[in-house]
Amino acid sequence: MPFKFRKRESVSRKAVLLVPLLSFAVSLLFGAIMLILSGADPVVTYLAMFGGAFGSTHGLSEVLVKSIPLILTGLSVAIAFRMRFWNIGAEGQLTMGAVAATGAALFWSQGWPSWTIMPLSIAAGCIAGGLWAGVPAILKATLNVDETLTTLMLNYVAVLYSEHLYYVTWRAPGRNSGTERIPQVAWLSRFLGRAHTGIFFGLALALVLWLIFRYTRWGFELKIIGSNATAARYMGINIARNIILTLLISGAISGLAGAVEVLGLTRSLQQGISVGYGYTAIIIAWMAQLDPLGVIFVAFLMAALLVGGDQIQMRMRLPASVGIVLQAMLLIPMLAGGLFRDYSLHWERPPKTDGVAGSMQADGMEAGGAED
Amino acid sequence: MTGLVALLTSILTITLRAGTSLIFGTVGEIYTERSGILNLGIEGMMLASAVTGFGVGYYSDSALLGLVVAACMGGLLAAVHAFLTVTMRANQVVSGLSITLFGTGLASFLGERLGPATNNHSLVGLIGPRFSPLVVPGLSQIPVLGALFRQDPLTYALYVLVPLAWYYLYRTRFGLNLRAVGESPLTADAMGVDVIRIRYLYTILGGMLVGVGGAHLSLAYAPGWTENLTGGRGWIVIALVIFAMWNPLRAVLGAILFGGINAVQFRLQAGGTTIASAYLNMLPYLITILVLVAMTWWEALSHRVGAPAALGVPYIREDK
Repeated sequence: MPFKFRKRESVSRKAVLLVPLLSFAVSLLFGAIMLILSGADPVVTYLAMFGGAFGSTHGLSEVLVKSIPLILTGLSVAIAFRMRFWNIGAEGQLTMGAVAATGAALFWSQGWPSWTIMPLSIAAGCIAGGLWAGVPAILKATLNVDETLTTLMLNYVAVLYSEHLYYVTWRAPGRNSGTERIPQVAWLSRFLGRAHTGIFFGLALALVLWLIFRYTRWGFELKIIGSNATAARYMGINIARNIILTLLISGAISGLAGAVEVLGLTRSLQQGISVGYGYTAIIIAWMAQLDPLGVIFVAFLMAALLVGGDQIQMRMRLPASVGIVLQAMLLIPMLAGGLFRDYSLHWERPPKTDGVAGSMQADGMEAGGAED
Repeated sequence: MTGLVALLTSILTITLRAGTSLIFGTVGEIYTERSGILNLGIEGMMLASAVTGFGVGYYSDSALLGLVVAACMGGLLAAVHAFLTVTMRANQVVSGLSITLFGTGLASFLGERLGPATNNHSLVGLIGPRFSPLVVPGLSQIPVLGALFRQDPLTYALYVLVPLAWYYLYRTRFGLNLRAVGESPLTADAMGVDVIRIRYLYTILGGMLVGVGGAHLSLAYAPGWTENLTGGRGWIVIALVIFAMWNPLRAVLGAILFGGINAVQFRLQAGGTTIASAYLNMLPYLITILVLVAMTWWEALSHRVGAPAALGVPYIREDK
């Protein structure tokens, strides 16, 4: 091969900034090809998506609404990914958080003073999410059971369980689906349309986690486990304990996302609680390079793509999944570009041999992947 | 007695039908993982293949053409994964997840956009060509085992493909090279095996088999297209690879186990059980977790490691 990757002396700052920007451009370009092939005008579609997300107070409010669960689940995934624990169960943890928050607000807080209902409900959501992630964590820490599969399988279980609750067990009389509304004392207050104070949980947590990752021993341990588990073990870091502790926190944050969805937005457990935020969170965490403050920014961008997708569905009768495809398309060039952080690409002349024919022959052999 | 035989025959028939897509997927992923590449994109690849397979079948009125395009779709997405992980050395877990997310979104988009204008551009609810079961006269009358001979052509293809896949992997030079690359790419490279090429080749081949599995869903098992048609089968496939200990023959056992769960679910629901359907529907996912725990435990106790040693590790060839 005439091209060779050579390890850089230090991480390229230019690549760290350029790669996400280029990924965004590639994503838009690919999306445009897809739109053209399916008979839609990409420029009109993108303008409609942008206008839908940022062109009105309503749009902006909806972007904030979707940012809230995305920031929280994004943080949840980022914590686990930092130690290379592949928690892809944020969706299920969010769903169980919503279930427990609803249960606490509607049924389990009877007889408690009314001001305790909101904190109880939020705590219940965190605990449920934490436990939902805790099971795979314990299985990983004790038996080394693959966590990608266990966390993912539990998503399906959680969603089926929540459906069973709002279609059957907890269904409010007179409704086709969905529980009763939770009592008003437990509601998170709203501003700017449907955006709600749940966003402050996300912003505060991001800041706290940023400080933890930067300045505490625990943050350092996560990083070491993530980059080199063997070295971590030699340094005396208790990996099993870290896995369980970290995942309880990771799950609790996703559970919190579910709880604030219920308390701030839907105010009952109903259809639409699980719409894939937990999967988008994976893209967010990786795009943000697992940095908590980066998560806020990327989550906002992803929320805008989702709202833009919803808008073109309403206005142009194009599938809202355009937004989802664009999101996933962001990650692919981002992954490809990750290499440029640590490596640079070089053009290397093949070694000279006798005459032009010999050099061409050598070229051909190299290109054909033959062994030298 | 005849009632019981009829019941068992029917359960085995459904088991094999439900297991077919799983076997295609599992054999495909076994080949990919044997080369050292973990592909978590199966779920997205299956969905994208299922929708393109059905769409092409619908317009061309040829299930076979749909199948071929579905296989290409699976291969194409797998090629993206190979490029990201082999050439660009991206993290295999995250790359696979990105393929799943992309494939899921793409399938949803195509399903809502590829259909005819009369159906609001949607493919949902349309009836297209399908691979129908071909009943073998005589053999299909054998009690219980006759179920083996009431299947569609894709299931019949497995009767040849699975033993062949096993033979190729364990008894041919190509299979030896493949296993060598997955166990120790450095040694394989020293032996003169082109590690990069092998990894591309079997990732794409595995993807094509996954694509066939996806096509079996939309062209035979549950003909048509609905959003989230796979229902997590792509993930169950990844668990089945572990269950099969990376051996194509054992993949059949796992697929029969999970196909059997589907069949029992189906019979119970048809028979009007009092168990809530939500709990029945949780079974495959819960059993997957149990199977994983049991397999991991057993591997630890018996000191057997089924996974290729270099699974998930990028191969970086030192400059000479």
